[in-house]
Order: sequence, then structure tokens, then C-alpha cells
Amino acid sequence: MADLKQGESVPELKVTPDKYLPHRYAGASGDFNPIHIDPEFAKAVGLENNILHGLYGMAQVARANTAAAGGDPRSLKRLSVQFRAMGKPEVEITVSGTVKEEKDGTVVIDTVADQEGTQIIKNAEAEVAPQ
Amino acid sequence: MAADTSKIGKSYPPFEYEVGREKIREYANAIGEESDVHQDGEAARAAGFRNVVAPPMFAVVYSAGAMAPAILDPELGINLPMMLHGSQEFVWDEPVCAGDTITTEATVKDISEKDDKSFFVFESVSTNQEGQEVVRGTWTNIVRGG
Repeated sequence: MADLKQGESVPELKVTPDKYLPHRYAGASGDFNPIHIDPEFAKAVGLENNILHGLYGMAQVARANTAAAGGDPRSLKRLSVQFRAMGKPEVEITVSGTVKEEKDGTVVIDTVADQEGTQIIKNAEAEVAPQ
Repeated sequence: MAADTSKIGKSYPPFEYEVGREKIREYANAIGEESDVHQDGEAARAAGFRNVVAPPMFAVVYSAGAMAPAILDPELGINLPMMLHGSQEFVWDEPVCAGDTITTEATVKDISEKDDKSFFVFESVSTNQEGQEVVRGTWTNIVRGG
């Protein structure tokens, strides 16, 4: 488990969603919005290509914070995020975080998710209680 | 268009979702969650869960059926092609396991307007078959052009 002291960084999580990940995530989540799975549709509405589901990115932020707390899914108590840019398939996502405060067994971690220098999720705040 | 704040407080019918083991596995695989407590019943029970446990963000799966009628509510008049998911919060309590029945109820928490954008904030509360709260979600959708 990471050393969850104020000001310390938590281990980075790196993941590259492959070309077909948005299709698998659509099936798993039930969100079949065509901007996520149909490049032609996405281009027709002015996007560069089909985009990742924002909640897939949030799931990566949840994974990084759960892992930082030792991996038990019960340790993640709260997570709030802001979606700030559209995520791209086939580009590595890096989730990084810093411990903001630690009090009575509960740790607050400031987190961001980044792709090629663009923050796709910012101002994410996780509250974890290592089990 | 001025935001119609008269719908703040409106609630929608509860939505019931039965949590299946294979759906948890499918979701865990899609997000790359490899821990065996999301895959294997024995591993989950050894870790103190009743059965294969859902990753925390599986909340979006069992909440979706409660959120859709709220977001699509003609009385709110959300212009869907102009809608962005601005922010999201979940507060977790009791873990969700395969075999659970989760009931989610959505309400309109706030409607506001700023700089030609409308903000629609929904709250969802999900409880299990024992009446224990499993998650509380706050969903903020931003609609460009009001």
C-alpha cells in the first residue's frame, strides 16, 4: 500500500484503451451513445473521432484510488470528478494523485486523469479508508 | 431560455435492478479491474463478501434505469444533443454483490443557469434488498445554449 501521508504522491495508474474498448464499455454499461462507438457519427457532429465514455475515465480514477488504499473495493468511500475534455481511444491515460489530508483513518486524495498532456478529468477528489 | 426551477424536487419512479455475477464480470473486464473478488465467488467470500462483489463504479450500471427517465423528462426539456456530463459524485456505503436487488430513485436536486448554459443536477439514492443504502450519486449535466 502507498504511504498515504499529506503531500505524498500515490502510485500512477497507466492504461491505454484499445480501439474497441468503447464498444466493450458500451455493452458493459448499457451506454450506446453513438459518439462513443461510431467514428462516422462522431465526425458528423463535429468531433475528431469517437470519444471515450467519461464514466470509463472515472472508473480508472476509482481504480487508482482503490489501489492506493490497498485494493479492497470497500476502501473507496467517496469520489467526485469533473469531466473537462473528451478522452480518446488508443491514447494512454495516466491517473495521478496527491494526498490532500489524512485524518482518523480517512485519506483525501486529489486526482487527475491525463491524456497527452490534456486533463480529461480534473479536480477529482477521492476519500478512501484503507481496510 | 430561462431555467424552469419549478421542477426542483421532482422525483421519478424507483427502478429495480437484479445484480448478476456475469454482468459484474463483464463490467470488471471492461474497465480492466483484475482483482479476483470481482470474478470468483470463493475469493469474494474469503474476503468477507456475500458473493462476487461489484467494483464501486458499477453504480452506473444499476442506476442507469433510474436516471434515463429523469434526463429524458419532457417537463425538464433537456436539449440532449447539447448536453454534456459536467461532473459526477458517488458516496458508497454497503457493497453490492451478485444476487442483490438494488432499487434506485432519482430526484431533481437543482436547476440553474449561468453564461448561456443550464445546469441540471440530479441525485440518485440506491438501496439493497435489506433497505441498506449502497450508493448516493450526484449527476451534473450541462446544456449549452440554455
